[in-house]
Amino acid sequence: MAIKERMSGNEAVAYAIKQINPDVMPAFPITPSTELPQFVSNYIANGEIDTEFIPVESEHSSMSAAIGASAAGARTLTATSSCGLAYMWEVLYVAASDRLPIALALVNRGLTGPLNINCEHSDSMGARDSGWIQIYAENNQEAYDNFVMAYRIAEHKDVMLPIMACMDGFITSHAVENITLLEDDLVKNFVGEYHPEHYLLNKDEVMALGPYAVSNYCMEAKRAQAQAMMNAKQVILDVAKEFEEMSGRKYGLFEEYRLEDADYAVVAIGSACGTAKDAIDRLREKGVKAGLLKVRVFRPFPGKEMAEALANCKAIAIMDRCESYSANGGPLSAELGAALFKNKNQAEVLNIVYGLSGRDMTVEDFEKIYEDLADVAVNGVKEDSYRYVGVRE
Amino acid sequence: MRDLIEIRWHGRGGQGAKTAALLLADVAFNIGKNVQGFPEYGPERMGAPITAYNRISDNAIRVHSNIYDPDFVAVVDETLLHTVDVTKGLSEDGGILINTEKSKEEIIPLLNGYKGKVYTIDARKISEEALGKYFPNMPMLAAMVKITEVMDEERFISEMKASLEHKFAKKPEVLEGNMKALKAALEQVQ
Repeated sequence: MAIKERMSGNEAVAYAIKQINPDVMPAFPITPSTELPQFVSNYIANGEIDTEFIPVESEHSSMSAAIGASAAGARTLTATSSCGLAYMWEVLYVAASDRLPIALALVNRGLTGPLNINCEHSDSMGARDSGWIQIYAENNQEAYDNFVMAYRIAEHKDVMLPIMACMDGFITSHAVENITLLEDDLVKNFVGEYHPEHYLLNKDEVMALGPYAVSNYCMEAKRAQAQAMMNAKQVILDVAKEFEEMSGRKYGLFEEYRLEDADYAVVAIGSACGTAKDAIDRLREKGVKAGLLKVRVFRPFPGKEMAEALANCKAIAIMDRCESYSANGGPLSAELGAALFKNKNQAEVLNIVYGLSGRDMTVEDFEKIYEDLADVAVNGVKEDSYRYVGVRE
Repeated sequence: MRDLIEIRWHGRGGQGAKTAALLLADVAFNIGKNVQGFPEYGPERMGAPITAYNRISDNAIRVHSNIYDPDFVAVVDETLLHTVDVTKGLSEDGGILINTEKSKEEIIPLLNGYKGKVYTIDARKISEEALGKYFPNMPMLAAMVKITEVMDEERFISEMKASLEHKFAKKPEVLEGNMKALKAALEQVQ
């Protein structure tokens, strides 16, 4: 029997962590992810789990300690947001290149400048080339489900890469909503025990981890890493299928909402997608063929698959909740734009920046975007396709 | 109850407006509703104006924006009436609840011509009598349940008793005070 509950996104992910009972969690607090180490510490103090919690003095240290623990052979996680992730930067690459399946609960918050604590995807998008798998959630349910699936993906022998399970700061992390939880034993059986093939505490296999790699070997290591990321696509789909059999909840690399016959599509990531769905339902009642492609997995990037799903659209708005100062839109715009070109999609494309520093995105904002899409589908993109929504100019 | 009720809470940091919104989400969840309870975060500190929100519905709730056209508004601190446009977007079919010792006649002129229902409650008096301290969120919560009709009063009291018994298992005197505050609020909201 599924468990009906109501909780915030942070509570939901903490609950998944409790059910998984990982071996080691080093963490340093930062808003809005602070509750995660706080909840986990409570579980440990109450004797509900036996995870080893390592309080550290910075995020560089929390990721370094996670790398050490994971290399030793422990199932490891940490949590952070924004500048905390930025402070991990150097070692994020080390975790990925050492092929350590660490899970990171990332609560998305903008990187500082101006200082702000609210939702933006600039933290995780900045780390998009670090070699981590990235999965995003629309709401607390998906944040929970993604975390339950995380280790199965990361620890798969064809993958062995660290994974970032992301949710929107405050909008998801701090909002209480209904959720359906899985029973403890179902989660435990689904995630299973971690038996790494190679690990430092194995006395029968002496090995070095993370040594200097001369040019003669280094590129092959990176190529293997790239292959592992490509392999992750199928593993993510396989794990999702098994998860669906257990929970009844279906996941893929992305979600298509009323997209099949859509003339106008929005492509977006995270909590705003729920708001877009309400806008789409309103527009469909008026006969407007609006649809949504919600990106769940950003790394590996399902470019070809998304381009194919968007093949019949007349106009597409690619929406980034972060700026890359390219004068061309954000990272999703750049990468999906390239995929659409390679796939020879004919749609007009708008590159939209929205929701920076927690700027609200409403149903009406989405309705206006679909109006603009209907216009450019007929008249072409007259002004620059790179546009802001919800900003005072 | 309507299909979807949207509520906006105005308070000052430290008064428990966010807690009241989360408690309302809790009790509505307990009777089988789909709920959202969320605060809007800014540079909060004690005494700064804050906003919190609720959506309550029989259907799944997908929207993740703030609420601009609420059905109901709760004002936990009446000094906000002078600095925040609390009736902005407020439906005239809904209503506004204000924590004040003033009469409705004194409050209405401060509401920018709002034509919907106006309710008042002296949450300070109720809280100080029941709990010996000023915690306006419990009386405000009870009053909101009453005016929004999200659930009947008897069910509300029994749900709150069960949840507070759990929360204050080691402090029965706090439980009793809170229950007294809730019941007084249901009677005294005007």
